[in-house]
Amino acid sequence: MNKLIVSISISLMIARLKQTLVAAIGVTFSITMFIALLSFMAGLNDLLDNLILNRTPHVRLYNEILPSKNQPVDIAKGTGSAYNFIRSIKPKNQPIEIRNSAAVIRALESDPRVLGVAPKTTVPVFYNVGMISLTGVVSGIDVDAETRLFTFSDYVVEGRPTDLKTVPNSIVLGIGAAEKMIAKIGDVVQVTNSTGQQFPLKVVGIFQSGIQDVDKVQSYASISTTQKLMGKSASYITDIQVKLHNLETAPKLAKEWSALFDVDAIDIQTANSQFETGSSVRTLISYAVGITLLIVAGFGIYNILNMMIYEKMDSIAILKATGFSGSDVNKVFIYIALSIGIFGGTLGLLCGLGGTYFISQIPFSTASLPTVKTYPVNYNPIFYVIGGVFSIVTTYLAGYFPSKKASKIDPVEIIRGK
Amino acid sequence: MTVKVLDSVDISVAKGEFVSVIGKSGCGKSTLLYILSTMDTDFEGTLRIDGNDMRNLKDKQLASVRNDKIGFVFQFHYLLNEFSVIRNVMLPGLKLGKLKESDLEQKAYEKLKILGIETEARKKPNQISGGQKQRVAIARALINDPLLIMGDEPTGNLDKMNGEIVFDIFQELAQVYNQSLLIVTHDIDFANRTHRTIEMEDGRVL
Ligand SMILES: Nc1ncnc2c1ncn2[C@@H]1O[C@H](COP(=O)(O)OP(=O)(O)OP(=O)(O)O)[C@@H](O)[C@H]1O
Ligand SMILES: [Mg+2]
Repeated sequence: MNKLIVSISISLMIARLKQTLVAAIGVTFSITMFIALLSFMAGLNDLLDNLILNRTPHVRLYNEILPSKNQPVDIAKGTGSAYNFIRSIKPKNQPIEIRNSAAVIRALESDPRVLGVAPKTTVPVFYNVGMISLTGVVSGIDVDAETRLFTFSDYVVEGRPTDLKTVPNSIVLGIGAAEKMIAKIGDVVQVTNSTGQQFPLKVVGIFQSGIQDVDKVQSYASISTTQKLMGKSASYITDIQVKLHNLETAPKLAKEWSALFDVDAIDIQTANSQFETGSSVRTLISYAVGITLLIVAGFGIYNILNMMIYEKMDSIAILKATGFSGSDVNKVFIYIALSIGIFGGTLGLLCGLGGTYFISQIPFSTASLPTVKTYPVNYNPIFYVIGGVFSIVTTYLAGYFPSKKASKIDPVEIIRGK
Repeated sequence: MTVKVLDSVDISVAKGEFVSVIGKSGCGKSTLLYILSTMDTDFEGTLRIDGNDMRNLKDKQLASVRNDKIGFVFQFHYLLNEFSVIRNVMLPGLKLGKLKESDLEQKAYEKLKILGIETEARKKPNQISGGQKQRVAIARALINDPLLIMGDEPTGNLDKMNGEIVFDIFQELAQVYNQSLLIVTHDIDFANRTHRTIEMEDGRVL
């Protein structure tokens, strides 16, 4: 950088301090909005994703009830002159339990790629409210593993989740189901299984997932309680939920385990693809708004530079007459543009940080999100990098054409014009 | 559209010579100076400065020739109001970059002294008189010790007395400092007191 050129740029800016500041504030404002908006949107995305993703296993092993994919008739077909007309094939009566589940769990737990394993047994039931039966689902879980891997205890809004282990025949009711049954902690509720058997279960907790439809049907019990509901042995497990060290490997591992253990396996990406879409659309909108603001600020800079150049025609002419080249003059105005961008941008990044902090302090409570007390934000440094780079790039582009124009000024024309 | 302003002009200025150019308005005096100063490149023929051909030089090279070898004084002073008087004088020197800033400041101060306005060094150009401004412009033209100083009616905007002062300065520069000068003027008295007068008419040298 050339000290002389810089000093000329600075004195031109000082001579037009007010306009220069207004242009810089335009950049500051847009960068502030950009950072605050993206941080808020990303926070919101994280929140919504976590609502599902944190509680979703990375890989879930289960048995799908489906007719066999390899029907005998397909194997027999060989002549080419035959056609298979058989429709409505029924699955054969196979248990939905995972065979040899204890061994599968042990194998998974010793796998270095696995963060943790939580077995689960899901039972469809009816909650009995007087004469009325409400459909429901009781999931038998290992409370400790479920809490460690899927933050289960965060969503138990009343009672102690660990009581599921210690109190026999206990249940944690979904808040919607509890309301319908008017059940409080310590009450005993009646639950009927699919074969019509009734079981009294003691309520030890109330559960709120944030998704109302889930809270109306879902309840939790210990695995052994569920097995009792089903009338099955202690090895009866319908799902094995696996959390991995690296989320990205889920699709690969799902395939691998599906083949290895001869079960169905679904990975989190396949199970929740719609959330990714929602997040990326929200992010895209934030970027579009931020960049639009920056472009508007860019026009501000373009205007101030054009005005400066118009006002300083004489100065430019004499600089050129006394030996400054076109590229020197070009640099003078590029430096002005970049100074505005760097000053305004830096201030904008700081204000953006402040604005983000401010948003994170605004109280925000909603019944469906029990763990959230204020607006969610995300202090991702990449937003600051992008904001910084964009502020410099836009101001450079805004300065490019006026500077080029200034460098092309013909001193003879100006001097003749006097 | 091209207009032929000058025709068959063949002049040279020797070292230490004080030359004046006169002629009717519109005869092409300014155009000649702009060409000689390398600012106007739309001409046919040759231009040599210090023995070097100026044709085919790039914008940057021409700028550095102007910076190093030519000092220009216009009818209007063209001082930058953002800078102090002495900083205005220093600007071409800072661009040349041969001297340290402190040495250059000393030199600028000496040039201002030759022109008798060293007391105004720290003021802004808009705080001094018109005659003083023109003298600052001359100091600026002198800062890099150019081979040739050109002036396009440098006294044109000044009253008789200030014009005299400026003329005396030019004469002193030529006699005491052996400075070459090429000055366009409408003042016949002024022209008569120079070493040589070039008279022009309709783009030709008489
Ligand atoms: N941009 C231009 N386009 C067309 N013709 C021009 C242009 N500039 C100058 N001329 C012509 O060139 C001729 C010489 O102009 P120039 O400025 O050199 O005259 P001058 O001798 O300096 O006059 P004065 O004494 O009034 O300053 C004029 O007749 C003018 O018509
Ligand atoms: Mg003229």
